[in-house]
Amino acid sequence: MRKVYSKIESIAGNVISVVAEDVRYGELAEITSAHGKSLAEVIRLSGKNVSLQVYSGTRGISTGDEIRFLGHPMQVSFSDDLLGRIFNGSGRPRDKGSDLTENLIEIGGPSVNPAKRIIPRNMVRTGIPMIDLFNTLVVSQKLPIFSVSGEPYNELLARIAMQAEVDIIILGGMGLKYDDYLFFRETLENGGAMSRSIFFVHTASDPIVECLLVPDIALAVAEKFALNSKRVLVLLTDMTNFADAMKEIAITQEQVPSNRGYPGDLYSQLASRYEKAVDFEGAGSITVLGVTTMPGDDVTHPVPDNTGYITEGQYYLRGGRIEPFGSLSRLKQLVNKDTREDHRALMDGMIKLYAAYKESLEKKSMGFRMSDWDNKLLKYGELFEKGMMDLSVNIPLEQALDNGWKIFAECFTKEETNMRSELISKFWPNT
Amino acid sequence: MTDTKGKVVGVNGNMVSVGFEGVVSMNEVAFIILGNKRLKAEVIRIRGNTAELQVYEMTRGIGIGDVVEFTGELLSVRLGPGLLKQIYDGLQNPLPNLAEKCGFFLERGEYIYPLSTSLRWKFTPSVKPGDSVTAADTLGTVPEGIFEHHIMVPFNFYDTYTVKSVKPGGEYTIDETIAELADSRGKIRPVTMSFEWPVKRPVSHYVQKIKPGKPMVTKSRIIDTFLPVALGGTYCIPGPFGAGKTVLQQVTSRNAEVDIVIVAACGERAGEVVETLKEFPELKDPRTGKSLIERTIIICNTSSMPVAAREASVYTAVTLAEYYRQMGLNVLLLADSTSRWAQAMREMSGRLEEIPGEEAFPAYLESVIASFYERAGIVQLKNGKIGSVTIGGTVSPAGGNFEEPVTQATLKVVGAFHGLSRERSDARKYPAIHPLESWSKYTGIIDKNQTEYGRQILFRGNDVAQMMKVVGEEGTSTDDYILYQKSEFLDSIYLQQNSFDPVDSAASVERQKYVYGLIFDVLGSQLNIQTKEDARAFFNGLRQNFLDWNGTGWQSEEFKKLEDTIRKQIADRKTGFEPAAAEILKNLAS
Repeated sequence: MRKVYSKIESIAGNVISVVAEDVRYGELAEITSAHGKSLAEVIRLSGKNVSLQVYSGTRGISTGDEIRFLGHPMQVSFSDDLLGRIFNGSGRPRDKGSDLTENLIEIGGPSVNPAKRIIPRNMVRTGIPMIDLFNTLVVSQKLPIFSVSGEPYNELLARIAMQAEVDIIILGGMGLKYDDYLFFRETLENGGAMSRSIFFVHTASDPIVECLLVPDIALAVAEKFALNSKRVLVLLTDMTNFADAMKEIAITQEQVPSNRGYPGDLYSQLASRYEKAVDFEGAGSITVLGVTTMPGDDVTHPVPDNTGYITEGQYYLRGGRIEPFGSLSRLKQLVNKDTREDHRALMDGMIKLYAAYKESLEKKSMGFRMSDWDNKLLKYGELFEKGMMDLSVNIPLEQALDNGWKIFAECFTKEETNMRSELISKFWPNT
Repeated sequence: MTDTKGKVVGVNGNMVSVGFEGVVSMNEVAFIILGNKRLKAEVIRIRGNTAELQVYEMTRGIGIGDVVEFTGELLSVRLGPGLLKQIYDGLQNPLPNLAEKCGFFLERGEYIYPLSTSLRWKFTPSVKPGDSVTAADTLGTVPEGIFEHHIMVPFNFYDTYTVKSVKPGGEYTIDETIAELADSRGKIRPVTMSFEWPVKRPVSHYVQKIKPGKPMVTKSRIIDTFLPVALGGTYCIPGPFGAGKTVLQQVTSRNAEVDIVIVAACGERAGEVVETLKEFPELKDPRTGKSLIERTIIICNTSSMPVAAREASVYTAVTLAEYYRQMGLNVLLLADSTSRWAQAMREMSGRLEEIPGEEAFPAYLESVIASFYERAGIVQLKNGKIGSVTIGGTVSPAGGNFEEPVTQATLKVVGAFHGLSRERSDARKYPAIHPLESWSKYTGIIDKNQTEYGRQILFRGNDVAQMMKVVGEEGTSTDDYILYQKSEFLDSIYLQQNSFDPVDSAASVERQKYVYGLIFDVLGSQLNIQTKEDARAFFNGLRQNFLDWNGTGWQSEEFKKLEDTIRKQIADRKTGFEPAAAEILKNLAS
């Protein structure tokens, strides 16, 4: 039986400190207070002084509360029983189901040996032309959706989750509005996907420390499933809340802030989560799709900025549409050569003409004269936005490619599209 | 291993405080004993009887009272034959071997000997008993792939030695004694094919450093022609995310005309290292016909690997570079990205509670970066041979803003600046090096006056483009419009290069000189063009042909045919030469 301590030396922010012996760094402790039990994690050792971060916050904790060290770091239960269940940030059930305590695994494990990684090669089909056609999502990719508050990024996530051909969906919600949490649950239930989903949800009203645990728990579980040959899609929304939680905690711990108050290790912290995305040779895979809301729509804000350096591209969601400019999937080149021969050429051709449309639009708004060519581009831009960019369009890649050719045929002559002749002779619609 | 023993007294992130009795030296390596695991760490501060250690592994599970062993040695790398083709982590653990031992994950506390001890190397001695030798002198050679690997007197033998005995030609492993040296007092020291050298100490066993002059060819037109890098020089590539830093580094690592390339992936995405890792064995080095991996060493400490080892990884890389330089080879070190290393320093500095400098980076940031880049250089060795280390580092500035401390500290010490711009990468103009903002202090492959003329056209064309945004095409004079078209032309067919096209991705020096000659002809010509529509049509046609030309093999049938077409196109419109351009050509001929 491990010793129980009942004298808390200090309480500051979410951190308490006690004098204790034989404690290990990263170990968990259980605090019993008048308001129930909470877990806490050792975050600093200094002689006999042990600092602990209390998961459920320190509100109402008294200096006389009991602390029992558990002798192990944070763990989460892993089994197929997780499927269809909803948990909070410290892994406790949020639904009415029972607490799972079997087959515990540690969270925040070591990173994958780069020598064991393989070059990604399979696409994830989503039914969204702006993704499938223009910025293909690839198995084992880590990709954030850059957006601003008010945009339908959670709707987009839910839709990709429903349509993606994966075995298991894990949702990591951080600082989620309660409505959004209900929305995810309803959408997946109605779509019949709940039985292959696991939720780890921290809502905006939950204790801030639990927000930090969500990605680690979600990814630890995902990793185990992937090792068991499952294709796992992890959705993390919203990583800006995660970073803000980190900022809040770092500042209450009196760490020196680096950029706009964020701790100096923001990059490493984000990277260690995103880098969990992997394709295991001979086993399953983890694909990570995150949401990063940009405060003030500013991409140079530390959170989107650091994220951009870590992830393999990004989708910009603006005005309810995925922007063709700025959005990028770094891995698309690895898969779009094998889909259909016109995929790459059509992708480049359509974007170039859409860029030309934007120029014409600008000219028009400045009152310059519109040429015939400008008018053709204006028509094209409109059709492109309706047929490709609108998020309600839901078609497989092949059909999206056919539609692309149809839009071309409606607006331009064959030569004006600058497509290679052999592709034109094969794919140009007969009218 | 020293007699000093210590015990853990505090843990804070990856910093561990240790109370010790005895002697501890700054920056020495220590091991924290955790059950059956030994975690590597480095002493970074000593105060009274407490030493602060940065741990190269996750610190979870360390407790107060855990035993710490001090080694008395600085963090070192093992040098010897067999380094090429290897994939190491920042502490020189071979990752493929680690994978064999531990599977998918990097288990902490696992360290593997960096070189194969069973492989036998064919040794040919080049000294005989009685010869007098000093550190870094060659004792013999072994073939390592396409190179003759010199077995040298260990760099830390500071005396003058007399060769007592040397093994005859034959096959030996790296652990076997191949020679015995007697120092000035007659003490015999055995020498094997490998030895250790501390990573943070520059190897200075050369006669003198020479001023870098000869260009290092990268086969990137914008670099070689306009923003050259010299052998033994330094350059940096700052750029916002997605601007193509890493692709540019990958292309350079493939095409650069040097003997050995060392890629240090420091705190970047693992996926990118994997691309290099899996593709290089398949790719052919056009200079040797062998696979590219034969001239490559990869040091990778990706973003999710322990932060403290990031710093070690760049030093490990530069030490290996210096080792091969001592054999008279030209080595290119590509560090991607130095910002991550600076961030690692910032994290540690924060834990040490040092007074922060700008953006919380430590005050010594500049001097550390400077002393790293200063390890580049072209040197004359004791045997008269010339060897060089060229360093190219990427910088990932926060928010893409070059005013931040790491970019600024780097710019102070490098000889060339290849700044990538978001604007150009958004417009898919690759490589996205900004031709107007970037600079180089080195001499390139083409006459300076000629390239300067081209740059002036870019500057003036840019001015016209800015003006046109306000007054529209209608308000621009035809002369200005032609100037603008010339600058766009130079940009699109020369500065931009398709790194995925097998021919266009690598332009040889010969070809660059030839093509730029023709382009200079276009830029310097007075053209018989009356209207803007005419100008646009002419340059569009010319551009299309040049683009096709760039994709044809050097001096192939098709190449010659297209060249004829292009020359005709130009001759049709040319009425004369701008005086300034004519002057340059005249000077060039004389």
